[in-house]
Amino acid sequence: MIAWTIYLTFGGAVLLLVLPREFARWIALLATISGLALGTLAFVGMPISNLAHFTTIVRVPWVPALGMNYHLALDGVSLTMVLVTGISAVSTVLFSWDVEYRQNEFFFWLLLVVGGCYGVFLSADLFLLFVFYELVIVPKYFLIAIFGSTNKEYGAMKLTLYSFFGGMFVFIGILVAYVSGGSLDLNQLSQFEFSPQLQSWAFPVLFFGFVVLAGIWPLHTWAPTGHAAAPTAGSMLLAGIVMKLGSYAALRVAMNLFPQGFQIWSKWIAVLAVIGIVYAAAVALRQRDLKFVIGYSSVSHMGFVLLGLATANVLGVSGAVLQMFSHGVIAALLFAVAGRMIYRRTHTRELDALSEMNLSHAMPFAAFTFVVAAAASMGIPGFSGFAAEITILIGAWKTYPVAVWIAGAGIVIVAAFTLRALKLSFFGGKDVQDEVTTATTFRREEFNPITIPEKIGACMLMLTTLAVGVYPKLLLDRIMPAVETMRFLK
Amino acid sequence: MSYLDLLKFASPEAVVVLTALAVLSIGLMAKRSATGCAIVAVLGIVIAIGAILLLPPNETLFGGMLVISPLTSLFKIICLALACFTILLTQAEKAPRHLGEYLALVLLGTVGLMLLVGSEELLMIFIGLELLGLSLYVLAAFDKTDARSAEAGLKYFLFGSTSSAFTLFGISLIYGMTGTTVLSQIAVKLATTSVQPLLAVAIVMTLVGFAFKIAAAPFHLWAPDAYQGAPVPSAAFIASGSKVASFVVLGKIVFIGFSPMHGSSGWHAMVAGWSPVLAALAALSIVVGNLVALAQSNVRRLLAYSAVAHAGYTLIGFVAGDREGFSAALFYTTVYAVTLVGAFGVVGVVRRETGGDDFSNFSGLASRSPLLAGCMVIFMLSLAGIPPLAGFFGKFYLFSAALHAGANHALLWLVALGLVGSFVSLYYYLLVLKAIFVDASSLPVAEAKEQVRPDLMQRGTVAALAAAIIFLGVMPNVLASRILAAIP
Repeated sequence: MIAWTIYLTFGGAVLLLVLPREFARWIALLATISGLALGTLAFVGMPISNLAHFTTIVRVPWVPALGMNYHLALDGVSLTMVLVTGISAVSTVLFSWDVEYRQNEFFFWLLLVVGGCYGVFLSADLFLLFVFYELVIVPKYFLIAIFGSTNKEYGAMKLTLYSFFGGMFVFIGILVAYVSGGSLDLNQLSQFEFSPQLQSWAFPVLFFGFVVLAGIWPLHTWAPTGHAAAPTAGSMLLAGIVMKLGSYAALRVAMNLFPQGFQIWSKWIAVLAVIGIVYAAAVALRQRDLKFVIGYSSVSHMGFVLLGLATANVLGVSGAVLQMFSHGVIAALLFAVAGRMIYRRTHTRELDALSEMNLSHAMPFAAFTFVVAAAASMGIPGFSGFAAEITILIGAWKTYPVAVWIAGAGIVIVAAFTLRALKLSFFGGKDVQDEVTTATTFRREEFNPITIPEKIGACMLMLTTLAVGVYPKLLLDRIMPAVETMRFLK
Repeated sequence: MSYLDLLKFASPEAVVVLTALAVLSIGLMAKRSATGCAIVAVLGIVIAIGAILLLPPNETLFGGMLVISPLTSLFKIICLALACFTILLTQAEKAPRHLGEYLALVLLGTVGLMLLVGSEELLMIFIGLELLGLSLYVLAAFDKTDARSAEAGLKYFLFGSTSSAFTLFGISLIYGMTGTTVLSQIAVKLATTSVQPLLAVAIVMTLVGFAFKIAAAPFHLWAPDAYQGAPVPSAAFIASGSKVASFVVLGKIVFIGFSPMHGSSGWHAMVAGWSPVLAALAALSIVVGNLVALAQSNVRRLLAYSAVAHAGYTLIGFVAGDREGFSAALFYTTVYAVTLVGAFGVVGVVRRETGGDDFSNFSGLASRSPLLAGCMVIFMLSLAGIPPLAGFFGKFYLFSAALHAGANHALLWLVALGLVGSFVSLYYYLLVLKAIFVDASSLPVAEAKEQVRPDLMQRGTVAALAAAIIFLGVMPNVLASRILAAIP
């Protein structure tokens, strides 16, 4: 049944092409909500024991001559990712409610991205997974190049070329796995013993090809420019789900297929992950554009995901999956505030300019949302970010104690730049109390109030991060059994 | 063998020849009836396809001069379909002066294609090549009002006739060494000889002519001018039908005729034969085609250089050297031909509406005609190899066949080169799409020129081709399994 997330989303995209523009946003909303509903239903309805293995949902021969099947499967990890896709997608549509310019096209590209993401998370056939994986990237180009802002054509092209640069290596890796293993079925391939010599070079090709999309240092530079150039919906999807495609596929394909290669390379992954965490956080400290700050923070948080994967133990990897979920929600929230609530009203994202505007009084709801998002992003206990990062760090303590110290320092820098962005954007430099009252009345009239769809979207994301933060067992119960069955664990 | 039998087995070719004559006389008698000619031509092609379906599954006439097998029948049908689409594209051109002659030439070229596909004998292949070539030279130069068209025709002719001379020289050497021109017997004779300098010369010379036809570097220099200068349907025909047939016959020559001389093109294990020659052509084509295409600002020229690169990808399948590689190469070139006919259809409309085919003429196409813009997205992305379009499956099939072929991933170097090439190609295909979707229309004056004549036919053809690309991408099995089954 969960396979219908893919069909409904693509069906909605096709409908958008033929129906008039009045229906566009409603179709998009309907398609994304039904996706989320199906995900939630599976989340509630599936017995946890069924989620430990990558269980087949659909399996139809596709190209028998090449052994390709249309093969979808589900386990705890992919269910978690389907859920975060649904949540991000619905909130993305809500935050794009007032798109007027070529809206059919806008929602068409948007649904293609969402549908492709569902496809990647559910694929159990290597070829199918790659089809969906590449399918996501081109719509992103159009979403950014047509509807974006600042330097959009450059940002869009850079993002697309980086993604396909990674895709090229993935293609080689998949071909090698297919030709050597003689199958495209992920479950069969994960039982196959590839020769150690092959694994030692095929693993990095496949892994680093995938994690380009997850923003691994030093191939992360597409992320901040892409995020800044994208329209709000674009950045939300990009940070919320598309970056997770890379880390998810790295886990599902590269690490599962080539466990020995992974053993050889895991320490280097950890090194790059830690550098990414600290470096991106440090760069974020010096940014003037609010979206660039959040863009670099995404790179930093994705560093935690990679660190979690590199630990190769149940706790670390489960934490990484949890972090993918958590960051998907938090990043969507941050970009929603920065791109939709602030930029659409003030027409600037420059922190210096924003600090003059005293936005906390002009837009109290936006300020509240941003405070929550910032708290979650910094890893304050009670939000999902904390739960995920602490799990990763505990996992990493067993394997790479040094990395934990450095990543811990990274968390401090993350807190520093988040607080800086929070202070400059909403609680600007003016200290004089008298001015505040006059400014308040003046500013309140100037900006349009926060709309209902925006409030619903923001509340949804905030509640999610809070729920997972307070009770992470909700997800971990489903993630950990699935991780335990994977082959690469030490 | 009675003449009646011959007529029966050659009925598809005969039907097309008769149609060509009919179209020619209709064009002479009724100068105004452009549509009439096209209808007759299309009807003739449909009858010819029907005649192919009625042929017996396997037959060999005159020691391989005319061969009927599932493979030849399938590709005759594909060539006829491509010719049919080309004819549909001529309908939307600005009323050509001599449509009857034009269509008759297209049909005669099609007969050339069918002879090429349906023969396993070197002399007959050469006759097919010449019939095709002579028709295409005239087709390329057909627009008398355009100096570029004349340039295209002349360049195509000079390069073409030179390379024909090379091929004929190669064929004569092979005949001299083996005493036969029948491919299967050549293979028998070659199996007992070793690679000697004269044979190497013969093989290389023969391959040169085909490298010219498929526009593989360094024999591609005619392509940019021919693609850019020739009338749009002619360019589409040169890029599609001619290419498919050339690949089929090249495959027959190397896989049947030269099969003992395969050689090897593994990275550390090069062995002399035709495979290293094709590998070198492939590598050079991928590099040259993609790099030069990066610098183009005219869509037709860009398509020409990308055609060079695609010839390189297709050759990888031949280099693989087994049944699967041949099948992958044929699948890829078929998909490529369908894509290019569609892309040229879009170019034709844009050219008619805006008077040119530079990037600037394409800017704002998305708002002027969402349908054509959408189709162009499909064509460009299929060429770039983006799923779920047919070009992607084609590449996957091709590269996996190449990796399968050599032990220990011997052809990985070529596959990696192909992947880097298609990564580079994505950039210039995206530039075309950027012009269409992102750039604002820079041609306000062109409004008046637009909508001279409703061209539902052309738009319908383009949309049908785009739908075919999506269909072949989602259900590649439909074509791939047929091709694989047809190859012995």
